[in-house]
Amino acid sequence: MATVASTPSADTLPKRANPLWQFVKVQPLGVIGFLIILVYAACAIGAGWIAPYDPEEIDFAAMLGAPSAQHFFGTDQYGRDVFSRIVYGSRTALAVGILSAVFGCTVGAFIGAASGYFGGRIDNFIQRIVDIMLSFPIIVLAMVVVAVLGKRQALGIDWNLIAAIALPIIPKMARVARSSTLSIVAMPFIDAARAAGFSHKRIIMRHILPNIVAPYLIMVTAFMAQAILLEASLSFLGLGVTEPTPAWGLMLSGTSADFYQTAPWMILFPGLAITLAVFAFNLFGDSLRDWLDPKLKS
Amino acid sequence: MIWYIIRRLLLVIPTLIGVAVAVFFLIRVMPGDVVVVKLRADGANVSDEMIEAERKRLGLDKPLYAQFADYMVGLAHFDLGKSLWTGESVNKEIALRVPVSFQIALMASIIAVLIAIPLGTISALYRDTWIDHGVRVLAVSGLAIPSFWLGMLIIMTLLLMFNWLPKIGYVSLWQDPIANLSVTIWPALSVGYRYAAVATRMMRSSLLEVMREDYIRTARAKGVWTRLIMRRHALRNAMLPVVTVIGLEFAFLIGGLVVTEQVFNINGIGKLFVDATTRGDFNLIQGLVLFIATMFIFVNLVVDLLYAWLDPRIRLS
Repeated sequence: MATVASTPSADTLPKRANPLWQFVKVQPLGVIGFLIILVYAACAIGAGWIAPYDPEEIDFAAMLGAPSAQHFFGTDQYGRDVFSRIVYGSRTALAVGILSAVFGCTVGAFIGAASGYFGGRIDNFIQRIVDIMLSFPIIVLAMVVVAVLGKRQALGIDWNLIAAIALPIIPKMARVARSSTLSIVAMPFIDAARAAGFSHKRIIMRHILPNIVAPYLIMVTAFMAQAILLEASLSFLGLGVTEPTPAWGLMLSGTSADFYQTAPWMILFPGLAITLAVFAFNLFGDSLRDWLDPKLKS
Repeated sequence: MIWYIIRRLLLVIPTLIGVAVAVFFLIRVMPGDVVVVKLRADGANVSDEMIEAERKRLGLDKPLYAQFADYMVGLAHFDLGKSLWTGESVNKEIALRVPVSFQIALMASIIAVLIAIPLGTISALYRDTWIDHGVRVLAVSGLAIPSFWLGMLIIMTLLLMFNWLPKIGYVSLWQDPIANLSVTIWPALSVGYRYAAVATRMMRSSLLEVMREDYIRTARAKGVWTRLIMRRHALRNAMLPVVTVIGLEFAFLIGGLVVTEQVFNINGIGKLFVDATTRGDFNLIQGLVLFIATMFIFVNLVVDLLYAWLDPRIRLS
């Protein structure tokens, strides 16, 4: 009777590394970035429990108060608690930042994938439009959209502001998605799919898009940082979120020279909140890029 | 080289026309009515007749192709129309504000290069030491700090430490250089920091890459003095990518200017753009966007040409 070779038991096989643990070991800075993002997310979701005051509550008895045990970050010219406004402001920042980055990158990915997949005239046409859109600095394009569309508030979010920030992201993502698609289209499995008679829609949806998830994730996190910065800039200029909604850029807007001297905390803390958030998304995005796509690193 | 320049110049023309068309369509064809947005802002009660009259006054009642024809004919004469707010010609409004913005942009670039080249070089030479870590932290924060907040911090420091504020109002550099610089240096610093940060990172990584090249090893093997290797071989080649940064960062420079001019109350292109946007002055917005996009295209063209001049492999391929 021939002996059947027994399959190696589980403990003789090399253990497959846990990808999450790998990330933590190789990219400690990315983990720090991610933890900071988690803190902001907790602030955004649990703002009602974390913030000690109502962010819109005006209290003239506590105007321009310095940081103290009652008001950690002091109060503004209307006596509103700066700490509570920053906590609630993370809602605006994250909602606008995440939604516009996801929205812009998703549209861009579809356009780029279609451009790379179809090639020829369609590709040429799309690429010329992308070229033109890339000739506008991001903030310029966003400001034009804000000026033309005005505001459209729903669910507490200004959707036109999100559209304004998402629009400049589309051509950048389309570029990246196109070049990734071009290398995928050259692969044999696409030929196989074509030979099997699959429709264009099915090939794009089932074979191309799942293969550009890595650059998509990298771009989404990178653009979240930029979108937060852009939202803060627009709100600062009075073109983004408007009073009394708490938003970091808006908190810095309209601060006159008097406040610089008498209430520097009004300027210090909202700016720190923006800087730390952008820093965290950048840190996490860079690590994610190095980890998902070592080729891009060089 | 001449043929390369001509070819690149010709390629700019279709992009410029495309940009002009895109600006037109962005403003008129996007959902949302510019007149309604302008007149009914803040929920003002404006009758439909008034909106119609305003539309007629601005020539927005004409069919789209007629509007487009007017616009293109104007552009062919380099005429950007009149501001809806002041009635002044858009060309004039822009020309008035260009000098101060241009000066700040140029100063920011100079500051950036002056900081980035030595810092990037030191960082690369002392790789993975505390000097390198310090420089990298400085560079990473440059990407995260909003330029307008940095500007506010500068004002705050000046006020709290010296009880002094830069004067409002721009004096030409040739008239009174000291007064001019005391106004422009602060916005240039706040915009230049991000610029310097990006360029420092680029300088560091490109120098590290060049130092691994064979010709550096050969020079070392020949016994060439390290300082000479750096000056003659490494730095020259490492500077190439830094030139690219100038083009890439121009968009951020404009973005920084738009917001930072507001902080320092400087009456430049950025402030004009913000004012035009808040007032809904669509002719002015249209003219400014065209102007900025044209500048952007030309800066990138100059960078490409500079690159080709510095690296013959590009123009010959």
